[in-house]
Order: sequence, then structure tokens, then C-alpha cells
Amino acid sequence: MQYTKEVMDHFGNPRNVGEMKDADGIGEVGNIKCGDVMHIYIKVGRRKIKDSRLKIKDEEYIEDIKFQTLGCAAAIAASSMMTELARGKSLEEAENISRDDINDSLGKLPAQKYHCSILSAEGIRSAIADYKRKLKP
Amino acid sequence: MKKIYLDHAATTPIDERVKEVMLETLNTFGNPSSIHGFGQDARNTIEQSRKTIADFLGAKPSEIIFTSGGSESDNLAIKGVVDSFCRAEGGRRKVDGITPHIITSQFEHHAVLNTVKELEKKGMIEASYIKPTAEGIIEVKDIVSEIRENTVLVSIMYVNNEIGTVQPIREIGKEIAKINDGRNPNYPKILFHTDAVQAAEYFFMKVDYLMADLLTMTAHKIYGLKGTGLLYVRQGTKILSEITGGEQEFKKRAGTENTVGIAAFAKAVELITLEQKDAERDNTIKSLVLSNESKRLIVLRDYFVKNILTNISDTELNGDELFRSPANVNISFLNAEGESILLNLDMLGIAASSGSACTSGALEPSHVLLSIGKPHAKAHGSIRFTFGRETTKEDIDKVLKVLPGIIEKLRAMAPKLN
Repeated sequence: MQYTKEVMDHFGNPRNVGEMKDADGIGEVGNIKCGDVMHIYIKVGRRKIKDSRLKIKDEEYIEDIKFQTLGCAAAIAASSMMTELARGKSLEEAENISRDDINDSLGKLPAQKYHCSILSAEGIRSAIADYKRKLKP
Repeated sequence: MKKIYLDHAATTPIDERVKEVMLETLNTFGNPSSIHGFGQDARNTIEQSRKTIADFLGAKPSEIIFTSGGSESDNLAIKGVVDSFCRAEGGRRKVDGITPHIITSQFEHHAVLNTVKELEKKGMIEASYIKPTAEGIIEVKDIVSEIRENTVLVSIMYVNNEIGTVQPIREIGKEIAKINDGRNPNYPKILFHTDAVQAAEYFFMKVDYLMADLLTMTAHKIYGLKGTGLLYVRQGTKILSEITGGEQEFKKRAGTENTVGIAAFAKAVELITLEQKDAERDNTIKSLVLSNESKRLIVLRDYFVKNILTNISDTELNGDELFRSPANVNISFLNAEGESILLNLDMLGIAASSGSACTSGALEPSHVLLSIGKPHAKAHGSIRFTFGRETTKEDIDKVLKVLPGIIEKLRAMAPKLN
């Protein structure tokens, strides 16, 4: 398997591994049949930002994020990289993290592993969607 | 850091004694078909090698066809039989409604399985794929129940490459012979092929014992050179050549012979014969040759398996505990994935392989593990360790020392699944 050093780094020293007991949103993607399963946990925080008209408003953002992954090196690395990219971003920005953002940050996964970057992008979106669902009365 | 190679079922290092023979033979460069001395030297080297290997198989030299390896031999056996049958019936496609039927197993090596599937897709054959038991054994009765009037070939591997389980080749051969005896003379004779690629090192290979009409062997699994294999073809068995051209290999396989590879092959076989000299066969696993090497590896294998199953939770051995190759260990580690385990082992200089989909580049995990009823989760977490001549107890102990930590680390990273 031709993995880049970024991939091997995130595989050997994954960032943000763990469970979050009181997560605001949980994304569960993949399935054991394919061999890759990812759980993404997010804590959503609020902060004040200035919008385009310099008005102060509230923004929700990824205050904390953790992942658990059962899968190959590419899956673990993609999860780890995605959590790094998502941390501190607004929900909207985090939702828009693309598979290519993840793939490029890893110095490109081998072609047959590309689907792992897709899965991790789905993971953060799934966690955010879960959070939004929980908000509804 | 000493590297520990435990992937002998994938391939083996070239034995030093085989390398010596190769070096010597490099100067025997003549074309074996040439009349002059250069050619005849090469011809003699090849024919001596052929005799050595024929003796090992208890066959005649004229029954040995050298090929480029196991895959080519499997292709020649299957396509050669089908093409010969179809030609006899008047063409390459079925004529008069007779489509030849092949019986094989669901866990054959892809060289057999995909070849059969391709022929089936082309409409050239009908095929039956026998399911193994949960222990990874093909049962004779299941083969017999599939035999039809148009069956021309049964192809069952001797030792499975992934889980190392030993198949009842002689029993299958005997049944087929019985059926052929009482068979309606209008029906084709049923031929019996066995892919013995993984069996050659430790199991009894005499073709009359096995009752096989066709048998595949390859050099690179027995400390020989890659790119050399053979198909044994019992006298009177009709196969058409697949590689046509010159008249080499009794007109069964064209192409200038690989003198060096063939000489290396013979030396590799000679080393097995030497190792197995005076060795008895096992009482329970009748086809197993109890050479010192077999006995040594069985001890290491069982020690290794017991240690893992005891010290690491949620583990299981894949394939029958007893009826398996002395060199093969295949274990599923739940909640840890194969490629990740292998990379962690590789970082410590330990080489093994896995049945996980991630290691194959496909989306499906090992077809062998699925065929014995393992759920995907267990197939994805499977690791195959295969021992060899250089494997020592120290090597095994080193692996046993680091494996629990690797599994624990990966399991800690994984979500808790039900």
C-alpha cells in the first residue's frame, strides 16, 4: 500500500480519538460489511462573531470533536484529519469540509482508498445533522 | 531490527542451495530445441530436472508440463480439458446440446475460480461450486451429488491457501474413479484436477495415491524461483494446449523453456525429498508427511494459536484445528481491522497477510472466509501467519509479545459495536 507520510502519521498518532459521553451530536457512518465504521462525536459551542455588515451575532461552532474508527489505515487517517479540519470551525464551514479537503490534506490517498475520505466527510455532516435534529422540539 | 517473515503462503525466499544451482545454470544458455551442444546441454538439464520432479510425484517424465506458474497451470488444466472436449464435440462452442459441466469449490484460489467463472459467463460450461463446511473442508458426498451426465472435470485444491485446511483428495479421486467405472459410456469420463500449490511442502504428493488426472504445482511456494510451475497430466488425459506455437513440452505448452527456473524447481523439490526421507505419514491426517520439519512447525503452530486464543479476547481460529497445514495460522480478531493490524506488525518488522477487504483492494473480504460462513466482521479482522524454514520459536515469541498491544490499541480506537 503506497501511503504518504501524512497518512502514516495520522494512522500511527491519530488525533482526537475517543468517545464523548455528553456529545451534542453523534454521526455513525460506514458499516461492518464494508469493513469501515466511524463514529464522530461533536460538542457544539457558541461564540460571537461580526457578520459581513459588522453586526455582532451568535455563531455555533465545533467546540470539541472526537472519533472512533474501526477500519484500515486510510480510514483511521481520514477520520483523524477530518477532526483536525473540523475543530474550531463554524457548523456551516464544518458541513462543507469536502472529501477532497481531507484527501488533499493527507497528501492524497491511493485511488482504491479514496472512499475513506468520502466516509469521513459524511461523518462530520452526519454528526451535525444529528445535533440539528436534537435541537428540534 | 530483525525482520520476521511469516507470509510463506504468499511466497517463499529462494533457498541458498537453489540459488547455487541457479547461478551454475545461468551459463547453460542454449535453446533446448537446438541440435548443437549448447542446446543439448540445456536440454539435458531440463530433462534431468523433469525426471527429479516426476519421481517426486510418482509420475512419468512425459506427464510433466512446465509452465510459468500455478495460475498458468490451473488455466491449462481447466481450459485445456474444456477445449479438448468441445473440439471433440465439433467446435469451441457447445454442439448437440452438450455443454461440459465443471465442479469446483467456493474457496478455490482465484486462478481456478475466476477461470471457471469466465468460462461459465461465456456460456462454454455449466459450473457447480461446492460449499465447504464451517471447518473449511469439502465433503466428498457434496461433490458426488453434483455429478451429472455432462460433467467433465472436478477441480478441488489440496490445501487451501488462506486457512490451510486439507481436503480429502484421495477420497474424492476414489469416488470419481468408481463413478467413471460404472458410468454410461455415452457420457464423458470425469477428470480430476487438484491445485496442490500449497500442499507440496508437507503433504504426500504421489499422483497415484491422490488419484488425480491433473495436478498443479509452483516453485515459488517451495523456496524456488517465481515464474516456474508445472501441470501434471496423466497419460491418456486429453487436454489442448493454451499457449500455442512451437512443440515444446510435448506440444502442450509452446515457448522456449526456462532452463534456470526449471533447474531451480528441481532443486527445490529435491530439498523436500531429502527432508521427507524415511518420514512416516500421520495416522489421522493420512496425507500429511511427518518429516522433522512438519513436526517442528506443528509444535510452533499449535503453541502460537493457543497463546493467542488464550491471551487475546474475542479471537478465533479460522479453519479446522487438526486438518490443516503445519505452517498455517489464520485468526480473526474482532473489532480490529486486518490492514491496520498488518501495518502495525510491519512497523515492527513482522510480515503477515489478511483476509480483510482493505488489503485486497476489493470491497468484499476474503471469499474463503465468507464461504465457511464467517460474518464480514470476522473476515475483516482476520490475519494469516504462515511459517517456514527460517521461522524460529524466538520469532514466534516476539510476535506473541507485540500482538496483544497492537490489538488493544486498535480496539481502543474503535467504536463499541454490538
